[in-house]
Amino acid sequence: MDRRYLGFQPTECECWRGSVKQRFIFSKYKHYYRAMSPSVPLQEMIRAIRSARTQCEERGVIQRECAAIRAQFRQTDNGGRSHNLAKLLYVHMLGYPAHFGQMECVRMIASPRYSEKRVGYLGAMMLLDEKQDASLLITNSIKNDLSHSNQYVQSLALCTLACMGSAEMCRDLAPEIDRLLRSSNSYIKKKAALCAVHIVRKVHELGELFVPSARSLLSEKNHGVLHGAVVLITELCERSPETLERFRKTVPDLVQIMKGLVISGYSPDHDVAGVSDPFLQVRILRLLRILGRNNEAASDAMNDLLAQVATNTDSTKTVGNAVLYETVLTVLDIKSESGLRVLAVNILGRFLLNNDRNIRYIAMTSLQKIVSTDHNAVQRHRGTIVDCLKDQDASVKRRALELSLALVSASNIRSMMKELLIFLSSCPPELRAQAASGIFNAAERYAPSKRWHIDTILHVLTTAGGDVRDETVPNLIQLITNTSELHCYTVHKLYRELLTDISQQPLVQVACWCIGEYGDLLLKGECQETEAVQVTEDDVLDALEIVLQSHMSTPTTRGFALTATMKLSTRITDNVDRIRSIVSIYGSCIDVELQQRAVEYNALFKKYDHMRAAVLERMPVIQKNSLGQTNGELSEEPIKESQPGKVKQEETALPQQPAGQVCDLLDLLGGSQEPLQPSPSVGGSASTQLTAAPTSAGGDLLDLLGGFEPTPLVPAPTVTVYEKNGVTLTLSCEQQSESGLTVTLTASNSTDSDLSSFTLQAAVPKSVQLQMRAPSRDSLPAHGGAKLTQLVVLNNPNKVNLKMRIRVSYTCQGSVVQDTVQVDSFPGL
Amino acid sequence: MCRSTKYQDKLRFLLLFSRQGKLRLQKWFVPTSDRERKKVIRDMIMLVLPRQPRTCNFLQWKDLKIVYKRYASLYFCAGLEEQDNELLALEVLHRYVELLDKYFGNVCELDIIFNFEKAYFILDEFLMGGEVLETSKFAVNVSMEQADTLQEVTQHFHHSFILHSLTLCLSVPLCVF
Repeated sequence: MDRRYLGFQPTECECWRGSVKQRFIFSKYKHYYRAMSPSVPLQEMIRAIRSARTQCEERGVIQRECAAIRAQFRQTDNGGRSHNLAKLLYVHMLGYPAHFGQMECVRMIASPRYSEKRVGYLGAMMLLDEKQDASLLITNSIKNDLSHSNQYVQSLALCTLACMGSAEMCRDLAPEIDRLLRSSNSYIKKKAALCAVHIVRKVHELGELFVPSARSLLSEKNHGVLHGAVVLITELCERSPETLERFRKTVPDLVQIMKGLVISGYSPDHDVAGVSDPFLQVRILRLLRILGRNNEAASDAMNDLLAQVATNTDSTKTVGNAVLYETVLTVLDIKSESGLRVLAVNILGRFLLNNDRNIRYIAMTSLQKIVSTDHNAVQRHRGTIVDCLKDQDASVKRRALELSLALVSASNIRSMMKELLIFLSSCPPELRAQAASGIFNAAERYAPSKRWHIDTILHVLTTAGGDVRDETVPNLIQLITNTSELHCYTVHKLYRELLTDISQQPLVQVACWCIGEYGDLLLKGECQETEAVQVTEDDVLDALEIVLQSHMSTPTTRGFALTATMKLSTRITDNVDRIRSIVSIYGSCIDVELQQRAVEYNALFKKYDHMRAAVLERMPVIQKNSLGQTNGELSEEPIKESQPGKVKQEETALPQQPAGQVCDLLDLLGGSQEPLQPSPSVGGSASTQLTAAPTSAGGDLLDLLGGFEPTPLVPAPTVTVYEKNGVTLTLSCEQQSESGLTVTLTASNSTDSDLSSFTLQAAVPKSVQLQMRAPSRDSLPAHGGAKLTQLVVLNNPNKVNLKMRIRVSYTCQGSVVQDTVQVDSFPGL
Repeated sequence: MCRSTKYQDKLRFLLLFSRQGKLRLQKWFVPTSDRERKKVIRDMIMLVLPRQPRTCNFLQWKDLKIVYKRYASLYFCAGLEEQDNELLALEVLHRYVELLDKYFGNVCELDIIFNFEKAYFILDEFLMGGEVLETSKFAVNVSMEQADTLQEVTQHFHHSFILHSLTLCLSVPLCVF
């Protein structure tokens, strides 16, 4: 047992008690021993409980004691009633049930003896709350005791009412409290004031009752009463704007009282380290804040006082700083003049330099509140705030991070970012995600140059790649594609990163994508912006293969790597065979997603070699607003303007996958009827990639479709979604269930020639599941000889806005034609 | 915890617990069920005990600010509303320790264990409804002395004075013996 004193000088006289190693400190109790003596049975029990060696033993002792207590309770009157209840309260504090003592509390409160009342009321405050039925029973006792002749009995009643008085009790006793507010006894007045505060909190309407008394209490001299009055007035003003108006007139009085406190001499009664009654000062300042808010006149009246407090208060100790803090909060909240505001912010700046961590923490919390309104003033202290990022304490670090992010602006972006990146590399894990996203936002808003922006993002990905959000990868890719002048620089940089570390997945994904896209620039061996690497094709393929094979790579990353490898087949000259072999190896990979890709790439090599170059061409620039348009569920991917490949489904913005004809694919995969459904094992739902801004061909069609407003009143069950070059595509849909929907696509050909290899592909938003049934036929004879129908089954569990992109592809007179159309509204839905 | 309006700034609870996590005093200033109380106590103990010696005394927990201070083997932990002044809360805790010290004379944890009801009585003379009641140290001590004496008198004469003399005794203003 720790017998250290709570920070004060130890006393000499102690005695040890026999064989039981517990200390009884007798001598200290010399003056108060009389008062302590009733507690001896209580102390005996406490000792017995504490000497129990195990939890089980303790429970045994407590059970015995509780049995004895219960027996005692049943006896009518004995001298030891208060001891028994006190014992029970101790047992309750240890966590054991004590509800059988509730009625005893009620009885004790009703006793005429002060000793019993005292413990009874304590028991009521500990065991009863307003939800218990027994609490109603003490209402009468409280009422009687409130008018008792002895002030200590009155005080017990007031205290208990303020602690656990229910709304009914408050309504019942409010007039009595108001009467006590006018008594001549300061001791009672101060308690009545805080009791009134409780009543007002419980029953707001009763506030009106206390307004006159509260007003008159302000002229009291007793600090306790004054404090209670200020708290009561604060409460009344916060509850009702009319009352606030009325109390505005008290501002001069409050100012006067404050002045008295600030410039008064030393008063031993209330002095705390040189500050006279800091508790009262703080409460008055808070009341002034409420009264001065949004009111010019009141704010003017308190201006001088606030300046005086701000300059005169000693700031070497916590207590002085507590008052200064409240002053600063008040100044910043009222309509103070600018000089005073600057003074306040400077005080906060001084706080920032204080050695005491508490003060620094407080300062940053306050600065956070005003950073939007007094931005320039806070900017002056940016250096100190940034230094706080290096503090040991996690609470201080958190505040510093939030504040630093709020202070980033166009003029200081470079230096701030440097500091933030240093912070990111050493910050505690719980702050990393916040820091990373904050850095990204700042970079996006204020990036001085594209290269800087890319460098910053890469830096973050290297240091905290695991904590960034998912959309960082597509955002970065988009940024890179849009910065065509830096393609060479970017790919060089990323290649170097890839060689050093492949554990940070977002970084590796972006690196693979870039190498796939711009590998030719890498191999050229020259770069303006940075030192070029001299690599051979084998080196590059090695790097990608390492990613493919590493156990650290997630399936998504491996997908990126495989696609990049494939893309390189058109950018390199010598090692195409190597690529071929890699691709064919992965054709039998366990991961179904990789297998699917590999098989398709294989097909691209074998049957569609003539298409390969076009399919794997360089990506066009992505439209800035086409990413993440619809509720973040559709991730758009770029589409080659001239070469419409087939749409493949991925989880994130991945480059378009080349693929063979749907029908052949169906054969390859053993006649699977779901070409557009990715394997569920690849971490995502049945998502689809939609192409970005549709091709120019589809653009006119969208105008055609412009007339289709998505209203539920569209009566026509079938709608023509595509009509071009004689090919017509109509769509009708039928709601099958809550979330299920069947869409029927019908195609017809009104040209003079037959159309062969007619295929339809569809893509829908991420959360919608799609199943395409086999089409009725795969060719369309001329002159509308026959129609082709294909059923598409959709499941929309999240009830998202349903959209569908349909790609039409056919061969007409030997040439392949492909086209896309987007359907935004479905008839009959 | 009971939901408060935006402007209530006061203490919600005050807890004293030892370095081993044993509760020595609990005062709740808002109605809280037994289950909630146990949960809050557990959370506070888990939050405060692992803190390093020279770190900040302020924490954020749910929508409350927690102010704690360690005095020898006891942690004093208070839960504040959003608007409250944390530095002042530290002063409140310190003032309470001073009051205990004056009363018990170089107070230590054992005093608070064996005389817990006194600790509560002192607290009730200092705080009420989550607000500071009396800002003068001396006034609190005087009230405690007088109340103790009153208790002692009524206890000492418990049998003989029950009906009539008791009221007589109580109405005479008492001074310190």
